[in-house]
Amino acid sequence: MTTLVAIDGLVKNFDASGPAAIDGLTTQIKSNQVTGLVGPDGAGKTTLIRLMAALLTPSDGVIKTCGFDTRDTPEPIRDVIGYMPQKFGLYEDLTVMENLTLYADLRGVVDPQRKDTFERLLAFTDLARFTNRLAGALSGGMKQKLGLACAMLRSPKLLLLDEPSVGVDPISRRELWRMVYTLIGEGVGVVWSTAYLDEAENCAEVIVMNAGRVLYQGDPKAMTATMAGRVFYARGAGAERREGLARALQNPDIVDGVMQGQTIRLVTAQGAPPPTPEILGVAAPVEIVATAPRFEDAFVAMLGGASKRTLSAQARRPVDETDAPSVEARGLTRRFGDFTAADHITFRIHRGEIFGLLGPNGAGKSTTFKMMCGLLRPSEGAALVDGLDLAKAPSAARARLGYMAQKFSLYGDLSVRQNLEFFAGAYGLSGARRRDAVARVVDAFDLTPHLNANAGGLPLGFKQRLALAAAIMHEPPVLFLDEPTSGVDPLTRREFWATINAMVGRGVTVMVTTHFMDEAEYCDRVALIYRGKAIATGAPEELQARVRSEKMPNPTLEDAFIALVEESDRQREAAA
Amino acid sequence: MSAPSGRWRRIRALIVKETRQVSRDPSSFVVAFVLPALLLFLFGFGISFDATRLKVGLVIEDPTPASREFLIALSNTPYFDVHESSDRRAFIDDLSAGKLNGVIVLAGDFSEKLARGDTAAIQVISDGSDPNTAALVTGYMQGAWASWREKRGLGAEAPPGQIEIKARFWFNPELQSRRFLVPGSISLIQMMIGSMLTALVVSREWERGTMEALLATPVGVVEFIIGKLVPNFVLGMIAMGVCVAASLFVFDIPLRGSFLVLTGFTAIFLMVALSIGLLISTVARTQFIASQIAMLVAFLPGLYFSGFLFEVASMPAPLRVFARVVPAYYYVPGLQTIFLAGDIWAVILPESLVLIVMAIALFTLTARKTRQRLD
Repeated sequence: MTTLVAIDGLVKNFDASGPAAIDGLTTQIKSNQVTGLVGPDGAGKTTLIRLMAALLTPSDGVIKTCGFDTRDTPEPIRDVIGYMPQKFGLYEDLTVMENLTLYADLRGVVDPQRKDTFERLLAFTDLARFTNRLAGALSGGMKQKLGLACAMLRSPKLLLLDEPSVGVDPISRRELWRMVYTLIGEGVGVVWSTAYLDEAENCAEVIVMNAGRVLYQGDPKAMTATMAGRVFYARGAGAERREGLARALQNPDIVDGVMQGQTIRLVTAQGAPPPTPEILGVAAPVEIVATAPRFEDAFVAMLGGASKRTLSAQARRPVDETDAPSVEARGLTRRFGDFTAADHITFRIHRGEIFGLLGPNGAGKSTTFKMMCGLLRPSEGAALVDGLDLAKAPSAARARLGYMAQKFSLYGDLSVRQNLEFFAGAYGLSGARRRDAVARVVDAFDLTPHLNANAGGLPLGFKQRLALAAAIMHEPPVLFLDEPTSGVDPLTRREFWATINAMVGRGVTVMVTTHFMDEAEYCDRVALIYRGKAIATGAPEELQARVRSEKMPNPTLEDAFIALVEESDRQREAAA
Repeated sequence: MSAPSGRWRRIRALIVKETRQVSRDPSSFVVAFVLPALLLFLFGFGISFDATRLKVGLVIEDPTPASREFLIALSNTPYFDVHESSDRRAFIDDLSAGKLNGVIVLAGDFSEKLARGDTAAIQVISDGSDPNTAALVTGYMQGAWASWREKRGLGAEAPPGQIEIKARFWFNPELQSRRFLVPGSISLIQMMIGSMLTALVVSREWERGTMEALLATPVGVVEFIIGKLVPNFVLGMIAMGVCVAASLFVFDIPLRGSFLVLTGFTAIFLMVALSIGLLISTVARTQFIASQIAMLVAFLPGLYFSGFLFEVASMPAPLRVFARVVPAYYYVPGLQTIFLAGDIWAVILPESLVLIVMAIALFTLTARKTRQRLD
């Protein structure tokens, strides 16, 4: 095992007055293993990878890639590395084969070795069937594989992958990891940056970064092991579990807590006693059991634990309890020509429930979601909010729902206050009602310190809070979230869900679309959408129980997801 | 691997890639072919500084055989669409509303004065709010008046003892404005393809993240630049071919110079335009900004300061100085010369030299400014 990248006292400043993106970093990257570069958004992961690829010049310190100084000799580095940027670096208007040929020419992979290389890579990535398809027409997972193939053409010594798993469903992600492990066997060193902490556990070594500094470097299992005996499941809190979690987080002995379906996962502070059922303060009998720690537990504990901030949960008035479902899809179908994007999808969401639409890219989630929002007219079936048909009474139904898009629809050049006032106006609030609405969300979401700052310059967590505040300005009883925390670091994600939990506690109904298991675990129930059909609906635990087998005694939600999709594929093939 | 062979392979690969992208991208097709055609037809047919069928009102206050004769003579020219009345008040409203371009008054003593040989026999009232048309009405009217008098054997109006001026127009005897508008619009089209399209395709690489991937390969700055230049150069020359064919066969514009000189001269100008495009792309990272900058620094100056729409010599001094750094200022007169006069080396050679110097300077600047890193 040799050192591929040697970094000594590295500093990178983009803006002389601002904070450094990389702040005095010293580390080494070794060959024959996957080194995970783990950290929240803005930690400096991408900057570090670009510095390794000699795409950026260090402000101070030295970084040597494969023995060459990136400052003085960038050219030889480009011959020995493979680099896949975040957007994969593919030409979308060229076919798979044309992309491969281009990069082969640029990297000096010529005949006769080219033919073998192409055959090997196409078989490896399973893209042989698609060589004549335009790269832009590939799914996210296939694009990622092609990007990887292009980066690997000339068997690099060092392969740099910048967040390769963003926007990729679990199945493709698993395949990608399999491919990367094959490379390790061939002696390549891989750097894999990610904001998903479950991926860190796949790495031989992790470099945990925050604010341009290294927090931890070493075996992820060793880091996870420091949490042994500090992680517990609290089961049986029932309907009060969200309030229970919020109460437990106020306890100084608890550093972290998240919802996993019906279960609460609690992490205690170093040296603190195991939690007692009392700290949840719920009426139902709660059973507390110790469980194995995850890397994420160690990561959050290292960053100082989950935020203790509580929301003054006055985001909305109490609602009348009724038995009717709050949101309902009745045989929702949408056809585009011959293609059926959504095929008789039916589900009911009850008041105060968090419901997830889960599925791989292109499965029909977005189509379903758009019909639920009234943005797309169903070919068949109906979408109802509070009993109102979105196709028949669109404005009345839409007035009852708040919608937070994946890309926050905020005006970056307007201040927080101006954004809120604009959205209040957009929802038809004026005069005293508008002032009240703005004051209420500012108070509820703790936005006072940032009121006059431009929304574009806010930290991600605040942007998200602001987007949510804007979406619920008109106090909707139903809230739709489209991949609300994709690519968001664990601390911000916890903060966001604490807000959502507080709102659900007040009777708001939430529907989430996502392909991230983390988000799905916050849901009471999920519907798994695949090839336009809802192939399974139920609580996360129920789905996990459905796939439990001797081979998989303890399936995660991701395991369940993959197993159910594969089962559906088998059934379809058997029928055909 | 040896550097030279690797270099040529990489350049070739980039050119092939670029060509494929251009051939698949409807927007480059629009910029390269539809836009030139549109501009050409706009300037060839839409805009004209000539007037035919000027709408005039003829007021005949005292109908006589002489005035009747003048009316017929006026109606028979291709320049006037004549309406007749005996009272000037009938036309005043139409003139104010812009429905008439001018009013001609033959006063009650028209025939009487004509017989005496007096001068102020007719009065022309034109709409001064549109000076161009007003001048045309007055000018054409004078011409029509003079030729009518001549025909009647009254002789030209020049008082004895003064020099008589007779104009002869060389190269463009019918004084058709399209003959110099079309060559001018060719320069705009070359600028458009050279600067705008080139800046767009480079900034697109930044936008889509492919630039980052390219920078991490062994591709060098010069290779990248050549890879962008060659396909767009070819595209520009094809567009020139389209323009020339349209000029010759659709607009009936003569090509008095040689095709070879035209091609060479255009190639030099296209190199300047391409260098401007590449220079823009070193600062613009999004297609939107690239197109805005290209519009401001390449297209608009080419429109205003090339002298084909607006006379540079009559501009204020600072603008005249500025015009000298606009490449089209040198290209358009040369182009008009090649089309309308011939291969006049005294015009083409110095202008080519200036353009070559510009191209070399811009290209050097671009190669220096193009970064091989992201910061």
